[in-house]
Amino acid sequence: MTPEFKGFLVISVLKMLVVFTVTMVGVALLTLMERKVSAWMQNRRGPNRVGWAGLLQPAADGVKNIAKEETFPAEANLGIFTLAPALAFIPAMLLSAVIPWAAPVQIDFDTHLPLIGYVSYHGRMAMAVADLPIGFLFVLAISSLGVYGIALAGWSSNNKYSLLGGLRASAQMVSYEVALGMSLIPLLLLTGNVGFGEIVRSQQNGLWFVLPLFLSFFIFLVSGFAETNRLPFDMPEAESELIAGYHTEYSAMKFSLFFIAEYANMVTISAMVATLFFGGWDIPFMRWDEGGSVLAALATGAFMFLKTFFFLFTFMWVRWTLPRFRYDQLMSLGWKFLLPVALCYIMITALAIWGIERVAGITAAVPKLGILFLLNVVLGYIVFFLLDRGHILSGSYRRGEPAGGAASARAAA
Amino acid sequence: MAIGVKVMKRPERQVSYVRAALKGMVLTFKHMFQPKVTMQYPEEKSTADERGTYTISPRWRGTHRMLTDEQGRSKCVACGLCPQICPANCIKLVPGEDEEGNRYPLIYEIDEFRCIFCGYCQEVCPEEAIHVGVHYENSEYSRDRFVYDLERLSSQVHPVSTLWDPSDPTGE
Repeated sequence: MTPEFKGFLVISVLKMLVVFTVTMVGVALLTLMERKVSAWMQNRRGPNRVGWAGLLQPAADGVKNIAKEETFPAEANLGIFTLAPALAFIPAMLLSAVIPWAAPVQIDFDTHLPLIGYVSYHGRMAMAVADLPIGFLFVLAISSLGVYGIALAGWSSNNKYSLLGGLRASAQMVSYEVALGMSLIPLLLLTGNVGFGEIVRSQQNGLWFVLPLFLSFFIFLVSGFAETNRLPFDMPEAESELIAGYHTEYSAMKFSLFFIAEYANMVTISAMVATLFFGGWDIPFMRWDEGGSVLAALATGAFMFLKTFFFLFTFMWVRWTLPRFRYDQLMSLGWKFLLPVALCYIMITALAIWGIERVAGITAAVPKLGILFLLNVVLGYIVFFLLDRGHILSGSYRRGEPAGGAASARAAA
Repeated sequence: MAIGVKVMKRPERQVSYVRAALKGMVLTFKHMFQPKVTMQYPEEKSTADERGTYTISPRWRGTHRMLTDEQGRSKCVACGLCPQICPANCIKLVPGEDEEGNRYPLIYEIDEFRCIFCGYCQEVCPEEAIHVGVHYENSEYSRDRFVYDLERLSSQVHPVSTLWDPSDPTGE
């Protein structure tokens, strides 16, 4: 092995350890934050007994979950039953590998390490575990795998509630995967690249994409909620209908693993929203953050953290505000509203970009994105003020059928 | 689905899901900064009077207390009315009589596990001896500690319920 390859391996392992540790600690603290935020929104105080302000509560929960007895349902398919939590957990962690957490750093070193030997690294190091050139496609591929864990957990529990939860999860995640992917096509049209590093870079030159691609952002956020199975889309769990859905039969650390997976997914989706629509690690109105110094990396990392944190808070905020959708409403929202809007939006954005660049001949980033922003104001008005009149969510009745028609027909028969 | 669901005709500003959702989110956000209502129990406690933030209801009937006279003897004259009226049959009374002919309880025990805290014993007592207390912290390490004998009942110091006033028996 060449010293350069060894250097690359050492750096990658270090990055993996850091990202994994930070994510796991973050996930633990997120469970506390969820409880705190929910408490505050209900005029309560939340956990505040273990450690200062309850900060050690996740540790106490973890110890409890490890020490608890693991129960297995009598007729469960034990192999799949044991495998399912891992299958839910692994894709959630895999996704965090491609997200650039900070500005690239210029690194130069040639040293001799014990056991490894001579290592060297020269050049810009991306602050992502793997700066894949196919970043976005990787996310689409891996996030679809998450459904296996939930569906298999529901199936192997041999419990009708779990099975229903698993089935709902499969249907929901497959449906919203489509809208999720479609919502990002306009973004790819603008950047012309699927790597996260490039997407961040193209936002530095102009506006953050949340303004010129607001509808994309909206659809992505809603689909993201559905992909992570959070309220208002927590059909697979649905405590009041399905007990706890797919993890009814799970106990101790296996149960925790589902929770960790859910929160890790939240972190990833929040980080993706921040990266794709809010400039990633970009600090606005400044250029020095691209300089490659360690200080810039730390500052941009903090900025990325703030953005991600805001969306994590939004996840909790929405969860403790909105009630759960009915199942058919969930499906019709995905297929009859989000998908058509996403498809129309692709067409409109593609036409607009063609018009701006080819017909009007404007290629500078800021005016181009500004015109797209104005277009989005108009489209946003159409979607939120004209379409959203009882059409986004509809009842289970067929539109146009007289109210109570079927019921009175049944009563007559 | 062909289920006959009654369709509500609502004004248009009410049927907009996104705007309704945003309105709800503003509401929950406001709630985050409102004063918290949780009582921090071991540090803060409910009090019988109006001193603290949290007050016990005047209707509260807790564990019993036997009042004593100036000589430290219990006011009970062992008339037998309280075990008679007790619906849970939790009062054990063995009457005694001293040389001067005064009746007093030889044994007076209340099983607080059987007691339903109806307060009839306080209401029926002609001497205002037995009372239900304004008190709610009763934990013990063993079950037999919950049979309160005369000494225990007399040594309690917590305030007693004043809901039933003997001078105003009908509560006017």
